[in-house]
Amino acid sequence: MTAGPSVQRPAPILTEDNHTFWEAAREGRLVAQRCGDCGQLRHPPRPMCPACHSLQREVVDLSGTGVVYSYSILHHPQHPAFSYPVIAVLVDLDEGVRMLSNLVDINAGDVHIGMAVELAFAATGDDGAVPVFKPRGSGP
Amino acid sequence: MSSVISRSTAIVGVGQTEFSKAAGRSETQLASEAILAALVDAGLSAGQVDGLVSYTIDPVEETELVRALGIGEIAFSSRVPYGGGGSQGVLLHAGSAVASGAAEVIVAYRAVKARSGARFGRAEVGTRPTSQHSGSTAMQWCTPYGVLTPGAWMSLNATRYMHTYGVTNEDFGRAVVQLRAYSANNPNSHFYGEPITLEDHQTSRWIAEPSLRLFDCCQETDGAVALVITRSDRAADTPSPVVVAAAAGAGLFEEEIASNHYAPDLAVMDGSAAMARRLFRGSGITRADLDVAMIYDAFSPLLLMQLEGLGLCGPGEAKDFVADGQLGPKGSLPCNTNGGLIGEGYIHGMNLTLEAVRQLRGVSVNQVDDARTALVSASRTGVILQCP
Ligand SMILES: [Zn+2]
Repeated sequence: MTAGPSVQRPAPILTEDNHTFWEAAREGRLVAQRCGDCGQLRHPPRPMCPACHSLQREVVDLSGTGVVYSYSILHHPQHPAFSYPVIAVLVDLDEGVRMLSNLVDINAGDVHIGMAVELAFAATGDDGAVPVFKPRGSGP
Repeated sequence: MSSVISRSTAIVGVGQTEFSKAAGRSETQLASEAILAALVDAGLSAGQVDGLVSYTIDPVEETELVRALGIGEIAFSSRVPYGGGGSQGVLLHAGSAVASGAAEVIVAYRAVKARSGARFGRAEVGTRPTSQHSGSTAMQWCTPYGVLTPGAWMSLNATRYMHTYGVTNEDFGRAVVQLRAYSANNPNSHFYGEPITLEDHQTSRWIAEPSLRLFDCCQETDGAVALVITRSDRAADTPSPVVVAAAAGAGLFEEEIASNHYAPDLAVMDGSAAMARRLFRGSGITRADLDVAMIYDAFSPLLLMQLEGLGLCGPGEAKDFVADGQLGPKGSLPCNTNGGLIGEGYIHGMNLTLEAVRQLRGVSVNQVDDARTALVSASRTGVILQCP
């Protein structure tokens, strides 16, 4: 086992528009934004619904299951907060939104498009957590 | 609807500094040198300039240039967002201003110290979600996951493209070998005299697997490029004008910096397709009329994906188009004859415009016979340039 990164994973940058997502993650929940009027689900969160222009926003919990839409095994350049290679993924969640994240608990060579994944969490440097994904059914 | 630009404006002067890994002087000086060279090329004086256009991300302030060059009264200035993807937008802005009469003589410039200064390819964790109207709000979703560079962002699109069409990194490598063959002839280039083989490409280290090896990435570069734009009727008095036949900027806001992670199908470059529709519409020019093309190749997958997005070949056909040598000097569409951003250097796309002008003037180091119509695509912005 190699030494972990010397610096911890950076905390998300919170804004007036995105904080609901990251605050829920801190509490161990994966959420998306839903229009309070027409019900359209969206991610990343935004202030206005592009379908009906409503400013009413709800935060809804997601199942945390989805499939890998695309991935990339990042080798260089390297930042001290991460262990390399970093496995970056775009996950299409069952509810129909896409998220950028990391895939954990897997060898880089085993990652493939279409693989089933489920929610996990990774700690950040500010004692928070961000949603990541692991192969579905790979245990706790 | 035809473009407002439609042959009414022309590039009448081009200038550059040397391209290097350490310019050893400020971006303001680099820009001033390139602009002066472009004005000399055009046979115009700084006092005749009344407009300035650049990128939102460019560090050089208009005020400094006006003072450094002794430019007189400025009638028009603007900046194009979204970094290199907006690079050809300088001609849409400048051309629109000249065509409308808002200004007479506009200088477009880009000065970077992308090697000795702030490198795009360095893994850095930002602390602010936005900067300079360059699509960087998307970074807030990438930073906690170590997806920190344009190459990392773009590589997620590229993997999906490879998956959809059965494309391999070797397919990208064949394009890179051609770019490096062009740049080997180009004294301006980082890789002058340094062609590579496919094996060299395939043994360069992984940057982002399975899409990007080291040789798939552009060369971070210091330097500056400037263009002088004026009305076509006025251009007739200048030594070597090139007509702006069409300019388009569609698709600019559908993507982040180098990716569009939330679009339905990442194997398709929707932004390029939208831009190309606008570019060709009403221009009287078809894709078959193109003699040469410069296609924004910050990373080699973008070259293949753009060929398809722009409609220069069908979906999934770019790998065969490349393998058949169509980008080469004897191909149906010689591309990036300066070596591209991968071979010549990365002046954030504006050196591709410069090479298109060289081709139409007949002075490229890899001159295409009788080149009369050139496309320059930065994916989301583009221009068609022609001999007068
Ligand atoms: Zn709505």
